[in-house]
Amino acid sequence: MDLNYSPEETAFRDEVRGWIRANLPDALRDKVLNYRELSKDDLLSWHRTLAKKGWVAPFWPKEWGGTDWTVVQRYIFEEECEAAGCPPVVAFGVRMCAPVLLRFGTDAQKQRFLPRIYNGDDFWVQGYSEPGSGSDLASLKTRAVREGDHYVVTGQKIWTTLGHYGDWIFCLVRTNANTEKRQDGISFLLIDMKTPGITVRPIVLMDQGHEVNEVFFDEVKVPAEHLVHEQDKGWTVAKYLLGYERMGTGRIAFSKRELARVKDMAGKAMKNGRPLLDDPRFRDRLSRVEVELMALEITNMRFLDQLRGGRAPGAEVSLLKIKGTEIQQAITELAMQAAGPLAQAFRPVNGDEGFDRLTASLFPRYCNLRKATIYAGSNEIQRNIIAKATLGL
Amino acid sequence: MDFEYSDEQRLLSETLRKFLNTGYSFDARDKIMKTAAGYSDDVWAALAEMGILGVPFAAEHGGFGGTTVDMMVVMEALGEALVVEPYLATVGLGGQLVARGGSEAQHTRILPALIAGKLKMAFAQTERGSRYDLRQVSLRAKKAGDGWALDGEKCTVLHGGAADLLVVSARTSGGDSDERGISLVLVERTAPGVKVSEYRTLDNQRVADITFTNVQVGRDALIGAEGAGHALIEEVVDYATALVSAEAVGAIKYAHDATLDYLKTRRQFGVPIGTFQALQHRMVDILISYEQAKSIACLACVKVDTAAAAERRRVVSAAKIKIADACRHVSQEAVQLHGGMGMTEELKISHTFRRLTTIAQLFGDADHHLERFAQS
Ligand SMILES: Cc1cc2nc3c(=O)[nH]c(=O)nc-3n(C[C@H](O)[C@H](O)[C@H](O)COP(=O)(O)OP(=O)(O)OC[C@H]3O[C@@H](n4cnc5c(N)ncnc54)[C@H](O)[C@@H]3O)c2cc1C
Repeated sequence: MDLNYSPEETAFRDEVRGWIRANLPDALRDKVLNYRELSKDDLLSWHRTLAKKGWVAPFWPKEWGGTDWTVVQRYIFEEECEAAGCPPVVAFGVRMCAPVLLRFGTDAQKQRFLPRIYNGDDFWVQGYSEPGSGSDLASLKTRAVREGDHYVVTGQKIWTTLGHYGDWIFCLVRTNANTEKRQDGISFLLIDMKTPGITVRPIVLMDQGHEVNEVFFDEVKVPAEHLVHEQDKGWTVAKYLLGYERMGTGRIAFSKRELARVKDMAGKAMKNGRPLLDDPRFRDRLSRVEVELMALEITNMRFLDQLRGGRAPGAEVSLLKIKGTEIQQAITELAMQAAGPLAQAFRPVNGDEGFDRLTASLFPRYCNLRKATIYAGSNEIQRNIIAKATLGL
Repeated sequence: MDFEYSDEQRLLSETLRKFLNTGYSFDARDKIMKTAAGYSDDVWAALAEMGILGVPFAAEHGGFGGTTVDMMVVMEALGEALVVEPYLATVGLGGQLVARGGSEAQHTRILPALIAGKLKMAFAQTERGSRYDLRQVSLRAKKAGDGWALDGEKCTVLHGGAADLLVVSARTSGGDSDERGISLVLVERTAPGVKVSEYRTLDNQRVADITFTNVQVGRDALIGAEGAGHALIEEVVDYATALVSAEAVGAIKYAHDATLDYLKTRRQFGVPIGTFQALQHRMVDILISYEQAKSIACLACVKVDTAAAAERRRVVSAAKIKIADACRHVSQEAVQLHGGMGMTEELKISHTFRRLTTIAQLFGDADHHLERFAQS
């Protein structure tokens, strides 16, 4: 066992770091580090910069643009991106739709969609959840009826992240309501969001931000060639995808950066005439989170290492999701605690001269990150999965 | 021991709740918090009319002469309804400083108007680097002619923008963190040299940063003796801490009820989610947090009226530790058990989450009070 980077790995880290420094625009980095809302253009412009360099989808097969990096290199890359304040590569295309197409798609589907996902030509979003179907996804009701060479889709999706930016949405739909098991009779469809009959409505979350939406489908015609895998066999696809989705939710490198920022804040905030960071009570809280994160970093590498052979992620990603999201939340809480009474001001009523936006964003961030233990399969559901699949209970 | 509310207290609670249930629905509140002022004059007038603004003040000024347990009844109701009006700032802070430390003349000038709903107050104490330390006061008041001139800055003053009259803690002698040398000064919000920058908070209340530039006040603006303000500040902040503890109990009660209701009505996997044992235990823990929070709030409300300073400090800090933990625990769990719906602006539970988050840190977070508890 050797937990240090090799000289090659260190050289790789330096290369990535240097490249990011040369290519990440300051304005974009500042937006990320100040928790400002990123526009579709912000997200796609960075996506395209990475694509040009050939680094937007490291884990794809080489023929489609993957980099053939080792697990360690991938982690180093991610860590450098987060530390530098790069915008995220939105997961729905690169990390979710693409692995599905690579595994289940027809050649025509791969040819048509993968290069466009790679290059950031299409913005993809995820249409799984419905008002009545959250944790119990298999109960979904959005209906797709085959009529000639089309499906006609009617129903509603909810919580569609960045649906207002979406060019395409991958959806789970019910193609057969008369099966014995509800999991049978679901299909995986790719839908162009410009198709008539689709309405996107915003949902405002408690941080006052708009990131999720309701998406309504009213007799939307979808060409049958946009069915992925077989009709009624979409659950297999869905489950395959969920593994990849959850793998991305640990966000360890992101948490490392955020923890470092809280340390920085607590070093500047004063308590009884001394930096808050020197206050043993606060320091202990911070250290506990830091230690947990150190352990998770290695757990993550151990698990990723096991996936080297190309095996799809299994129940182990549930553990990464649970711990990773709990840590993300704990960090936002520490940040608010560090700001103390100053965390209260949210928005100026008139004129924002001298307004401290960074401090003002800490309370909304704390609120926003409550989502992390709810989405991508709530942490309760992840525990159910581990109990069943890993422990056999 | 007697844990029951008296008939009078029950009547007070019923009157207030009846008003809030009809006149302060979640939708009505939504409209109020989106107005320019961020609170409703009509609601304020109604609170005056019902005598709610006068609960803790002496009968001779038009008050009800109530105890802190009477106030607990009020605060629980306000907490449950998430009332955004500047009640705590006016009645719990500004008005208390005047009532407890002010002269006869100040009483007559201020309290009847306050009780009648014609005068709102705020307490300008926190400064940029002071955190929760009540001794950290660097805003200066210097002798000027017959009175004082104030220079300095206060920040996140609760409802400072709505207040007609501010009580400002100011240093008249000593170093920036000395207990001695802090004086309390009455300042009109519209006095020359007072600049107010108002902010919305995420829990839909208001705070203000206020700068004072050569603000002139007369000799009669001083509350209590020069340089001896700290003890009164501590006493009143302890009182207000007991009040927000009671407010938290009300908000926690709502979170408990709403979450329990959701567990019984939200169905997944063909059954109400409340049938899952994993969630049943979580709900039980919410109930336990509620009961414990209520008990410690009762203790604090009784003791702020009856205990000597040392015991008062110890009990109030104990309460705030427990309340901060309960706020955090219950609010987080309530949102989690509501799933995605819990995250939305549309549901009251997310507003309750935010209020409880604010209360957890108001007048000192758990760490601050753990330290104070250990020292007292
Ligand atoms: C910010 C945000 C972004 C999202 N983005 C997307 C997106 O882009 N696309 C998309 O399709 N979906 C998205 N989701 C939806 C997300 O996947 C669902 O919210 C999640 O699956 C939970 O479903 P629910 O909200 O209906 O809660 P429910 O399923 O109703 O759950 C309520 C509570 O019950 C618990 N629970 C449910 N079943 C069990 C059980 N069997 N055992 C124990 N506890 C249980 C849950 O853990 C939760 O605490 C997003 C959600 C959020 C909040």
